[in-house]
Amino acid sequence: MTQLANTSTTSRAARTDTPDGDAAAEPGTTRVVLTTEEDLLTVRHAVRAATLAVGFGIVDQTRVVTAASELARNAYIHGGGGVLTIEYPRRHGVRGLRLTIRDEGPGITDVDAALVDGFTTGAGLGHGLGGARRLMDEFEVRTVPGGGTTVVATRWVPR
Amino acid sequence: MSGPTSTGVPILRLGDVLITGLLNELDDKAALAFTHELTERISADRVRGVLIDISRLEIIDSFVARTLMELTMMAKLLGARVIVAGMRPPVAITLVELGIELVGVETALNAEQGMAALGWHQSQQPPEGAHRDSTR
Amino acid sequence: MGVVKGFLVSSSEAVARKRVADAMRGRVEEIADRWVRLQVQQAALSGGTSESELREEADTLVAALVTGLDSALPIDRVASSHTELRRAVTDLSMNRARGGESPTATALAVLALKEALLEAVQESTQDSGELFSAALLINRLLDGAGALSFDTYVEGREEIIRRQSRQLLEVSTPVVRLWRQVLGVPLIGTLDTARTQVVMENLLQAIQDQEATVAIIDITGVPTVDTAVAQHLMQTVNAVRLMGADCIISGIRPPIAQTIAQLGIDLSTIMTRATLSDALSEAIKLTAGPLPTPDAPAVR
Repeated sequence: MTQLANTSTTSRAARTDTPDGDAAAEPGTTRVVLTTEEDLLTVRHAVRAATLAVGFGIVDQTRVVTAASELARNAYIHGGGGVLTIEYPRRHGVRGLRLTIRDEGPGITDVDAALVDGFTTGAGLGHGLGGARRLMDEFEVRTVPGGGTTVVATRWVPR
Repeated sequence: MSGPTSTGVPILRLGDVLITGLLNELDDKAALAFTHELTERISADRVRGVLIDISRLEIIDSFVARTLMELTMMAKLLGARVIVAGMRPPVAITLVELGIELVGVETALNAEQGMAALGWHQSQQPPEGAHRDSTR
Repeated sequence: MGVVKGFLVSSSEAVARKRVADAMRGRVEEIADRWVRLQVQQAALSGGTSESELREEADTLVAALVTGLDSALPIDRVASSHTELRRAVTDLSMNRARGGESPTATALAVLALKEALLEAVQESTQDSGELFSAALLINRLLDGAGALSFDTYVEGREEIIRRQSRQLLEVSTPVVRLWRQVLGVPLIGTLDTARTQVVMENLLQAIQDQEATVAIIDITGVPTVDTAVAQHLMQTVNAVRLMGADCIISGIRPPIAQTIAQLGIDLSTIMTRATLSDALSEAIKLTAGPLPTPDAPAVR
């Protein structure tokens, strides 16, 4: 634990003058509450701003915002709304963007099926979850039937 | 020339072609209303072509993609050909990675080429609209 | 017992530390000079670093060493934790790494500094006990600096390697204009995910910038195609189509055609031609397409 923290400080300080120089430039964790359809646009704006803050190129920006749009729409349609949390993780000095979307809906009974293209129980093409997974580097679905769904998706800035 | 529709998205008519564009800030309700308006206009104006400029769209998610495919399908049923013009490179890359192929949707590089594909050539345009250099 | 011993060590260490710092304080310029001379003598530097640069580094670093010694930080953590000293050491190693100096030159630089410091202390005292504890202290101080310097050097080299491989990727995937409204991408060598993504991004951007209507991807120079690569090619073709342009793949050699067939990949919806010239003549036909070309001269 301490070891890890030291390592990341070392590599960061090698590039910038102060060990916490660029961490300060990053905004803290952002939360967007998703209750109405208009909030889908708020989600897009917030995620777009976050991708710019992390320093993604235009194609990665588009990937992450599109994935966020898919996930937010899923939460809105199937979960009756939810909360999006935007975080700025760091791994071995590499910056990233993590989206966590949590809803209190009925949950997904068959996650594997939901990740297959064409699977849909509502509006859309059924590309929602599977498509969003392809646009992100890491993707995790936690769901309890009757207990809501949480999707955690991360993309790292290419070195 | 028609004024803005109730969705705020203008639909213009040029001969037998309707010209319109999607805005980045289109939400789901507006997208559905737009689909409705456009199909009404295709039917009422008896046009044979529709150009949809999407050069301002910064993202296309599965919902917008489905809207475009449905529009194309409905227009075909009403006897009109739809051309979707001006997709940005990052949007195209993201769409194929999402696994969406926009089945049946014809695309063009920009509005000019889209209009050409619909049979509107530069020579048919009024002189002030022609901007190609005369080469001799 | 441990506490008493620790106290004794640290108190004698404090004395030695003060002695070294004082010895250095009076000879900052001298030490810096000596260090530069030692580095030049070693001649391990490949010449990327000039003597004036060395001198500037030396002045900064020696001054930082003195303030580092004056600080309350434990001796083996001074180099890594004292802001000023840390910066001086990392700057030096980064410069060496970026200047293309060898790891030996960078390591020797720190060792030479040890020598310069020991000489300075020798001038300040003749007592062998004092000299010994001063030497121990200098060793611990500069071992910390050496470790930090090596880490930074490696990091610097890695940064260069990453940048070069990115540049190589850009260079190895050129998009060229073959004809009016026709672009070509001659692919040579192994294709992987990263490279096909760069190809796709460059190609689509060029299509938009140059208003090209046909893109030819020539894979004559690609030795093998596996499922992943074939899928990336399909994605690229689909993205080109979404942009409103046509895409032709040329140069599929027989073994690759066989592989594609065996893998069961469906390329039937994709326009393919045996050679780049076949593809180009097809592309020219396509661009002439339904558009009348009033300003084209009558050839026949």
